[in-house]
Amino acid sequence: MNPYAALFRMRFIRGLSYRASAIVGVATQFFFGLVFIMVFQAFARSGGSSLAPAQIASYVWLQQAFLALIMVWYRDRELLSTIAAGDAAYELCRPVDAYFFWYSRLLGGRLAGAALRCLPILAVAALLPDPYRLCPPPSVAAGLCFVACMALGLLLIVAITIFAYILTVVTLSPSAPFIFITPVYEFAAGMIIPLPFMPEALQQFLRVLPFRLCVDLPLRMYSGSIAAADAPGFLALQALWVAILLPLGRLTLNRAIRGAQSVGG
Amino acid sequence: MITVDNLRKSYLARRRASGPGQALLSLMKPNRERIEALKGVSFSIGPGEVVGYIGPNGAGKSTTIKIMCGILEPDSGICLIKGRVPWKERKAHVAGIGVVFGQRSQLWWDVPVLDSFELLRDIYKVPGKEYAESLDELVAALDLSGFLDMPARSLSLGQRMRCEMAASLLHRPELLFLDEPTIGLDAVSKLAVRAFIERMNRERGVTVILTTHDVHDIEALAKRVILIGKGEILYDGAFDALMARGGSSNLEEAMASIYGEMGIA
Repeated sequence: MNPYAALFRMRFIRGLSYRASAIVGVATQFFFGLVFIMVFQAFARSGGSSLAPAQIASYVWLQQAFLALIMVWYRDRELLSTIAAGDAAYELCRPVDAYFFWYSRLLGGRLAGAALRCLPILAVAALLPDPYRLCPPPSVAAGLCFVACMALGLLLIVAITIFAYILTVVTLSPSAPFIFITPVYEFAAGMIIPLPFMPEALQQFLRVLPFRLCVDLPLRMYSGSIAAADAPGFLALQALWVAILLPLGRLTLNRAIRGAQSVGG
Repeated sequence: MITVDNLRKSYLARRRASGPGQALLSLMKPNRERIEALKGVSFSIGPGEVVGYIGPNGAGKSTTIKIMCGILEPDSGICLIKGRVPWKERKAHVAGIGVVFGQRSQLWWDVPVLDSFELLRDIYKVPGKEYAESLDELVAALDLSGFLDMPARSLSLGQRMRCEMAASLLHRPELLFLDEPTIGLDAVSKLAVRAFIERMNRERGVTVILTTHDVHDIEALAKRVILIGKGEILYDGAFDALMARGGSSNLEEAMASIYGEMGIA
């Protein structure tokens, strides 16, 4: 097996072994999902947003079901402690590229997290009574575009969050980089409140940043709040960001490693 | 096998006096100092040798090992291993070496040891048949059969270290770097690890570079020692001849008096 695929598989298998965490996660997310839908629908009724009630419900349910694919605070704790303890030296003694090795590992971890949780949430959400129900996408095209945007969004968020791991190589403190990146991302991506609830000027600003391409874009693509016809442009934008961030991250990691090793005996 | 000639490496270290005033001052103008970790180190090692690389803490042992593993790039000097410059052809170089850092772990904490081994198989692209042979041989030699299906976290240090040794030899490297492989082990595990190293050298002709503070490791394994202190090679020759200088039948005392005599204690 290709070494990167093997690592991905390993991380995926490991992720599947945390059953209790998945059960608790599903319960929590279900509760939060219901609360968020009520709050946002109330806001929308008072004229706060262009989103229809059904679009709000699908936004929130998809957000909860695929949390592991879109949240920024998903962390590979073992990797972080490996970096902080200096065990990452081993990874440099392997005939692989350290950046893509970490990248596959983070990707595998996220997919494992989502694989365990998405189905129960989606299944129950689809059976709820009406303003809370997760409706199917308005067209096949919208559904396909959702999947494509979600997939590229996943590649993008891993390319973004891997910088927190790279920063840990320098700071040796796993929490600091996440404290930095979490609030910015959560707000700018539409994790805390969906972008259509924000003032137009703010929305315009946030559209320039890459973060919304991981959350706001795929979730609204599903319900048709962003037209499927606009998908090619957005997909190209996502791909562009990935194409910028991958080499940049790889370069940064190599430099960080060089710097880190010049300290100590 | 290994040629090292006039290797130099220095790094910047910060320095400041104690107290808040000094701390503030150093925020404005950090006082950096260049520390020479290696001041022109030269030696050569032939195939099939077991060499003890010894010296007090901070002598430059780890720096040399890291350079030879391709993790670190020296400021100047030559290091050729099997005709390759480690840091320039890192991937090709590390594919042919095995590394054990006694104070670090290369096994995955939460998954069975065997899964970690299989990941390494894929990373080093070891063919299936060769892997099966290596594994059988290592499991027998290190007596691992009782805990291959257990996660690394539930192993004792001695069991784990035996697995670490196996992990670094699965791809049949010709050259093995051991950085304090017996640290923290009880007498039984220590003897088992030593016997195994001796056997790999005898049967497979593996060249071994052994770094340790345990004089008995050296006595048991290495006929030749290279002694480094303050970044310079102070002795390169037979272990017995060096110990004779120490003037004590107790190896630890003899070593301490040699360090004292050389002014590197």
